[in-house]
Amino acid sequence: MPFVPPEIRLAGIAPEMALVVSAFVVLIAGTFARSRVNRVYLPALATIGFGASIYFAVSVWGENELQLSDMIALDGFATFCKISLAVFGLLTVWLGSDYLTRDGIEEPEFYGLVLLAVAGMMLMASAADLIVIFLALETFSIALYVLVGYRRRSIEGQESAMKYFLLGAFSSSFFLLGIALAYGAVGSTNLYGNSENPGLAQFLSESASEATGVLVLATGFLVVGLGFKIAAVPFHMWTPDAYQGAPSPITGFMAAGSKLAGFAALLRLFDASLFALRWEWRPLLIGIAVATMIAGSVLAVVQEDIKRMLAYSSIAHAGFVLTGVIATNDRGISGSLFYLATYGIAVLGGFAVVSILGGKDEHRVRLVDYKGAFYEHPALAGALTLFLLSLAGVPVTSGFVGKLVVFGAAIEAGYSWVVVIGMLTSAIAAFFYLRVLVVMYMQEPDESRPPIPVGRAASTVVALTAVATIILGLFWSPLIGAAEDATFFFVGG
Amino acid sequence: MKAFDPVLAPYIVALPLIGALGLLLLGRRLRAVAGLVASATVGVGFVLGVIVLVQMLGVTEKGGHGREAVVRVWEWISAGSFSVNVDLLVDPLSMVMVLVVTGVGTLIHVYSIGYMHDDPRYSRFFGYMNLFVASMLLLVLADNLLLLYVGWEGVGLCSYLLIGFWFERRAAAGAAKKAFIVNRVGDFSFLIGIFVLSVTVSSLTVSSINEAAGGMTAGIATTAALLLFGGATGKSAQIPLYVWLPDAMEGPTPVSALIHAATMVTAGVYMVARFSPVFEASGGLALGVVAWIGALTALWAALMAAAEYDIKRVLAYSTISQLGYMFLALGVRAYSIAIFHLVTHAFFKALMFLGAGSIMHSLDGEVDMRNMSGLRKVMPITAFTFMTGWLAISGIIPFSGFFSKDAILASAWHQGRYALWAIGAGTALLTAFYMSRLYFRIFEGDLKVPEGVHVHESPPSMVGALIPLGVLSVVGGVINLPGLLTLDHFLEPVVGESEVPSGFTPWILGAIALLAGIAGIAFARTLYLLPGGATRRAALCERFKTPVDAARNKFWVDEIYGRGIVLPGKAFASFCANVIDARLVDGAVNGGGRVVAGAGWLFRRAQSGYVRSYALTFLFGVVVIFSLLVFRVAL
Repeated sequence: MPFVPPEIRLAGIAPEMALVVSAFVVLIAGTFARSRVNRVYLPALATIGFGASIYFAVSVWGENELQLSDMIALDGFATFCKISLAVFGLLTVWLGSDYLTRDGIEEPEFYGLVLLAVAGMMLMASAADLIVIFLALETFSIALYVLVGYRRRSIEGQESAMKYFLLGAFSSSFFLLGIALAYGAVGSTNLYGNSENPGLAQFLSESASEATGVLVLATGFLVVGLGFKIAAVPFHMWTPDAYQGAPSPITGFMAAGSKLAGFAALLRLFDASLFALRWEWRPLLIGIAVATMIAGSVLAVVQEDIKRMLAYSSIAHAGFVLTGVIATNDRGISGSLFYLATYGIAVLGGFAVVSILGGKDEHRVRLVDYKGAFYEHPALAGALTLFLLSLAGVPVTSGFVGKLVVFGAAIEAGYSWVVVIGMLTSAIAAFFYLRVLVVMYMQEPDESRPPIPVGRAASTVVALTAVATIILGLFWSPLIGAAEDATFFFVGG
Repeated sequence: MKAFDPVLAPYIVALPLIGALGLLLLGRRLRAVAGLVASATVGVGFVLGVIVLVQMLGVTEKGGHGREAVVRVWEWISAGSFSVNVDLLVDPLSMVMVLVVTGVGTLIHVYSIGYMHDDPRYSRFFGYMNLFVASMLLLVLADNLLLLYVGWEGVGLCSYLLIGFWFERRAAAGAAKKAFIVNRVGDFSFLIGIFVLSVTVSSLTVSSINEAAGGMTAGIATTAALLLFGGATGKSAQIPLYVWLPDAMEGPTPVSALIHAATMVTAGVYMVARFSPVFEASGGLALGVVAWIGALTALWAALMAAAEYDIKRVLAYSTISQLGYMFLALGVRAYSIAIFHLVTHAFFKALMFLGAGSIMHSLDGEVDMRNMSGLRKVMPITAFTFMTGWLAISGIIPFSGFFSKDAILASAWHQGRYALWAIGAGTALLTAFYMSRLYFRIFEGDLKVPEGVHVHESPPSMVGALIPLGVLSVVGGVINLPGLLTLDHFLEPVVGESEVPSGFTPWILGAIALLAGIAGIAFARTLYLLPGGATRRAALCERFKTPVDAARNKFWVDEIYGRGIVLPGKAFASFCANVIDARLVDGAVNGGGRVVAGAGWLFRRAQSGYVRSYALTFLFGVVVIFSLLVFRVAL
């Protein structure tokens, strides 16, 4: 009998591979170059990597299959997430290049780590197996632990990286426990499965058994692991400290990418694989969503540091997206994707402004430092206004549309009371966004300060994200349409 | 047969919009070319409109059906089964409006190049004008009520900005505010009407509303129709909301010509014609209201026009009165006749406003007709073109106004509405009288101008716009000559055919209308032209002292509104602000805010900064989740 090599199809992970390859290229190239050269061509190499990654992702748009022993799902959902993540990564790299130059910490590792982190995040979106989810989770988490502590001279940065790492390890252990329990119940860690190879969805489609109870317990622990990544209450405690200590470009990257990756896995796991078990896990997620929206909004009100304020705002946003997840309908899924993509753009833009206005070593990040910012930097303050309005969900910005869709989906699913809480907390949230505007526009700066240099790459990022925020607030239908086409892998498709 | 596909339609709207954005954003840098750019965007729009019209006429299915198409620009709102798109409806009715707006609009833009030449905010003026044209085109081309409402508010905004264009003048700023607020009342009614239709029909497109109208109960249809008409009374300056239009004359004269004579104020007429099935479905009540409001407004405004000395205000009252005629036509189901009068009125009234502008340009802004006379000798082109407008509005055959006004009166007669016909015919006499008074006083007699003014004919760009409008005022009537070109037939697929009497009746009615016009002119001639006119005028004023005083004081309507509505409104607003808002609302908001902030400070203590306490919170969450699930599974 002749040996038949197994067919290996890599289209599903081609975007990740492009990033990993360019990460190695960047790291190797970085060892040969001097820091002055690093400024230009390392970001350029990373840009090429992201470009290739987007190209590979776009080229498989519309395909629908499981690859690599059913470990990887190649579907519109994964592709949508990957394109968004690559865009986030690209913006982070551009923003970071100016940031590193300003703070004098230009090292090639920054770009390598961002590339690897995006690769891990992408893998989260296409993972069709709990083990792969865990691998992806660890890949991007470890990269992020280092990036959070990238400001080595800053005690704050060191502290926050340590906290993030310890709690991350803590949460991973619960996630692993969840995987073990799921395996115990089902005998497989695959999310889908078919008649030959069992899997979670396949297991649930058959008649209920004793083992279903164990799987329900497993969902509890899986929620803990992913809830940590998306910064849901009560697993959110790391967020303000890590967001404050990390370099601002990385903070924005975490808020945009980490959240999208966590939600991608959460959506595939709960809204696709464990869909049949929704009556069991939905009350849990509703409770978490409500607690997250309330705690995030209320705590943000009393923050005096703009990065911490945005950290709590990102917690509240996790709660808003969760309302789309619990809807478990098509609009909920596409709405969550749209929300995450537009939130990512707005929050990256917001942190881009924070990173520029923060000045060298980010010594101006308290709210009082923003007094009269509009009169010193009208364009940057105007852009920040736009981002904050989008985060607050004011019409004519993309944030309004996002909230409209996920709340609409939850109402469609019959959870109006959750939406009412969402509305109320949005109203509370509007307060602290508007407070920044009041400080920027209606108060005088305390003393004359030296002007802040604005890098070209960073201002490009601000301009691009600002334009995208407005355009997606006016012409949202193409992106919504893409999110609607971004369906999960489905059997027999 | 090739289907009708007007791909050019979106560009007609887009061009002036781009022009407006460019002029408003780049402002001063474009000053040198602002007028040309603005005129070009509208002019090219007119050419595109003609091309679309030719395409439309090429479609010759039976009865002209198939001459409508919906052009999708983009999907706007989609929420479940409810969707609103940016769709343009291109059909005979909207094309007539597009051609009027762009055609008359182009001439007025060109005229403004000369008229506004020395204004410091020259490019901003053209930016607003272009924005107005874009909004107006959106209004007439919109395929759904929401989009129409966007245009509706857009023209309202531009009207506000342009009335108050010389905002340094207190009167202009006040007039702009008055126009905006009075329109707000109408717009509110219109918006509620949109809500009623939206709830009843669960779609906002023109076709679905008009198709659903037949199935509505009379009550719903009447409510919706009257609410829509409420919007029309604001925008088209009908009783009771006409008071803003005379004051709107504070704006630059081209604005009065374009917005407050030819286009925006006809939006209400267009809208009623567009949704005529809804008005029909109310079983006569709504149409009756429309007809009577129209007829009474026509008479009421004509009375005030006869007592006014400000040239532009005479024209403003005359516009209100002529709009009344259009609503009278709508109310007697002669929709296409209303549009016919709308078109001819756009020609001759824009012409007369531009003529008035030409006089003001020459006389340093003088508008009081008592301070001038005999201008025909020094401003021959202005005088001659103005004369065509005067004869057209007076209903003298063969000028355009005769045909459209006669058709309105004939329709009213044919529907058996003799009282409305009588009011209309009486107003026709009055119209001829006050317009002749205006013409005779300004242009005839001995030359008299305010001191220190050098009278001259206006520059070529201004008189250049007057001549085409003058020609159109003369021959505009041919677009609805029976047996030749018939606008009536062209519009029939959209609004149905207007019924007109047959046999001898139309000839007799036409003769009466003509006689009314001639009588009015003759009467004015004895008072203003013939020797001894002044003494006859004085005697007449003495004899009818009370009514003349009333008309001169505009029947005290502004004062009544001021005492009856504005003052109580202000009192109520101050009550709301000082008592309800300051104590109740602010108290609740501040209290709520304090509660939230307090909770925040409380929660914040949990954020101690120690990893161990974070892990503890984390573990607490895990334990809660785990216990809940175990509890659930075990049961």
